[in-house]
Amino acid sequence: MRHGRTLLVVRHLAVAAAAVALLLDAPMSAVAETLAVRGDVVHTMTGPPLTDGVVVIENGKIRAVGPAATTAIPPTAKLLRGAVVTPGLVDAHSVVGLAGHLNQPQDQDQLDPGEAIQPELRAIDAYNPQERLIEWLRGFGVTTIHTGHAPGALVAGQTMVVKLSGNTVEEAVLVPAAMVAATLGDSTRPQGEDADKKSPGTRSKAVAMLRAEFVKTREYLRKRTLADESKRPDTDLRLEALAGVLAGKVPLLVTADRAHDIASALRIAAEFRLRLVLDSAAESYLLVDRIKAAGVPVIIHPTMRRSGGGGAETENLSFETAARLAEAGIPIALQSGYESYVPKTRVVLFEAGLAAAHGLSFEKALAAITIDAARIIGVADRVGSLEVGKDGDVAIYDGDPFEYTTHCTGVVINGAVMSSEPR
Amino acid sequence: MTPPRIPLLAAVACLCFVGAARAADSVTGFVGGRVIPISGPEIPTGTVVIRGGTIAAVGPVDAVPLPADARRIDATGLVLMPGLVDTHSHVGGGQGGDASGPVQPDVRILDSINVRDAGFRKCLAGGLTTLNIMPGSGHLASGQTVYVKLRRAGTIDDLLYRDAAGRPLGGLKMANGTNSQKEPPFPGTRGKSAALVRQKFVKALAYRDKLARAAGDPEKLPDRDLELESLVDVLEKRKIVHHHCHRADDIITVLRLREEFGFDVVLHHVSEAWKVAPEIAKSGAGCSVIVLDSPGGKIEAADFSLITGAVLEEAGVPCALHTDDPVTDSRLFLRTAALAVRAGMSRGKALESLTLAGAKMLGLGDRIGSLDVGKDADLVVLSGDPLSAKTKVLQTYVEGRKVFDRDDPEDRLFAVGGFGASRDQKAEPCCIGPAFGATR
Repeated sequence: MRHGRTLLVVRHLAVAAAAVALLLDAPMSAVAETLAVRGDVVHTMTGPPLTDGVVVIENGKIRAVGPAATTAIPPTAKLLRGAVVTPGLVDAHSVVGLAGHLNQPQDQDQLDPGEAIQPELRAIDAYNPQERLIEWLRGFGVTTIHTGHAPGALVAGQTMVVKLSGNTVEEAVLVPAAMVAATLGDSTRPQGEDADKKSPGTRSKAVAMLRAEFVKTREYLRKRTLADESKRPDTDLRLEALAGVLAGKVPLLVTADRAHDIASALRIAAEFRLRLVLDSAAESYLLVDRIKAAGVPVIIHPTMRRSGGGGAETENLSFETAARLAEAGIPIALQSGYESYVPKTRVVLFEAGLAAAHGLSFEKALAAITIDAARIIGVADRVGSLEVGKDGDVAIYDGDPFEYTTHCTGVVINGAVMSSEPR
Repeated sequence: MTPPRIPLLAAVACLCFVGAARAADSVTGFVGGRVIPISGPEIPTGTVVIRGGTIAAVGPVDAVPLPADARRIDATGLVLMPGLVDTHSHVGGGQGGDASGPVQPDVRILDSINVRDAGFRKCLAGGLTTLNIMPGSGHLASGQTVYVKLRRAGTIDDLLYRDAAGRPLGGLKMANGTNSQKEPPFPGTRGKSAALVRQKFVKALAYRDKLARAAGDPEKLPDRDLELESLVDVLEKRKIVHHHCHRADDIITVLRLREEFGFDVVLHHVSEAWKVAPEIAKSGAGCSVIVLDSPGGKIEAADFSLITGAVLEEAGVPCALHTDDPVTDSRLFLRTAALAVRAGMSRGKALESLTLAGAKMLGLGDRIGSLDVGKDADLVVLSGDPLSAKTKVLQTYVEGRKVFDRDDPEDRLFAVGGFGASRDQKAEPCCIGPAFGATR
């Protein structure tokens, strides 16, 4: 035991040293290989888990999934083994890559405080694929994240979906403009100098501003198609971004924790027939029927999110929210969320584990960070389950992935082995 | 040195004494559970007997007979361990020094704690029974910390640990690195930080010498100085320094100052202790380690690693864990140890670091931190293994009194959260609330 532990420490030290070395050198580019990933239990997320199953990956895609005894494994395949194999984990909402670990002005690009409404800000223009937190998340099995502009402005900007590999955002990106991120609640109030002279200063004003912007977008779209070209307005990037939301092509992601702010989000979405995705939603358990009736999915705050106190908007959050929403049949996913201090990011694996310890079934908890998350962020055709034709993204564990003392022992993205050190 | 104790305190102490006498009548035996005493090997099927507020017997079921007058609690399938000791907490909304200066050792956090804060109920839901409540790290010395026992409380006085003379126990919070650097009069560099601390300790040494030379003669005694008095407590090792430090060089700087002035110190957070473990081991100082979900959030925690506990254990450094609540949630303190084990710490040391190791760092190792006869009956009943994500704290006992029960709807609200879970709670004065003893 003692010897084993020493070995583990040495390995961890090597990983830590490698992480420091990564800062100095360009990241290694991982190469897709032919792989056979065999697990005592394989959670495909398409049905009951396979016992002694195998996932065959060729040219970055899954070629076969099935029992090891009956699934043909190419003779050239490199074999990876583990107790438990899952799809690469999908983090349904993060800011990693825009928000860096240093938490200094030079690595915080998740929120521009200049204006209250800026849907034209693209996440792809600010994503740093070399950010150390990317390697950190990946080490626990996370392979896809929905990241971008943070909560805290009425409309902060766009989000995107990336794989946690690649040297450029172009190599990493799955969906360059996934959603437009909005926030309702106390955190949208302006801060700093002259804050009292800026809007939105109240909840009503925030909603009024949002409605006005959508109305303006409608007018803009109407005038853009006028017969008389001279009367058509110039291209407006802000309104173009909202046009996608109005057309239902791009969901509006609304971060809201208080029940009355969640109700406002539902009201606006109904008025403009938007595709709404609720985010964080600490008090969503008070509005289960309304959320279900609206058919709106919820990306629930990190289970371990700080509740605060003294009137903080999250003071009423519960470890059991995921279970209560899932029980009602509301589509849910879990997220690492936005952290303004220490720790700079959370890890969805742990958030799902805690939800599973508080009423959510193992299967639903795993789905909340794989296939259900992929569906909500619109990438279920590529990731989130182990199915033939999907991307070769796999996480390998040496035990129950939700147990704190289990290690992630392998991570594969697009058929490339990204890490094999126990983490 | 000690301010005269006001009559009210004496009255409260008196009430507690009466309560304790009443509690002495109550005998409870937890029978059939797995017992993790910390001070010895785990007992697969054990019995723990508590008499009043004290542990009366611990051992295998067949070796510990249940007294005839004991109330029997069947713990079959459950796990018993000592109440958890958090060496670094900010629960209760307490504050230390203000913006007037970087060194304020006279300020006491016990003068600012709201015992009705829901955070205390969440601590009990996490199995915590003793906390070191600290002022923040925005000063070189932000004030005196306070060690509290999570009894049901009407005022902070009900929570205090006291020494034989009745003085509240606590340490001195100090910090270096980036948190305490800001505009003057605060330091702008690490060198300035150390210089300011050295200057103050040099003054304290001179003050101590004057006190010694006066030998109690009122003609010769210097004017009483609360700041220097607090530092003399540190120099005389009556108070431990609880020192915030992350970066390896900041850790070494603390050890250098400790060497120069000869105080006792616990190094807190120690994100980069894994880089200087042999040096820490050589110094003999203990570490109170934070376990985070990721590195960063500020520059000095950029090289945070989960391996710190394991590396310190290998190096032979005394190691405790802490929540730094609200940085991590007190209800998830057991998880902290589990993550340390994930990164290579031994199970035994990890469980010790939640309990006895922390108790020793607070100078309370003879009273709490393990299930040993004569120690305070602070214990936790768990649904399963302490390191499993599935395990729940079912009950928490402080001095033999049940102070958390997951089956109680109100307690459950604090355990899992929900509407109202962060609101201030009604107070319950020590010893005169509902039935004292092992029942609610």
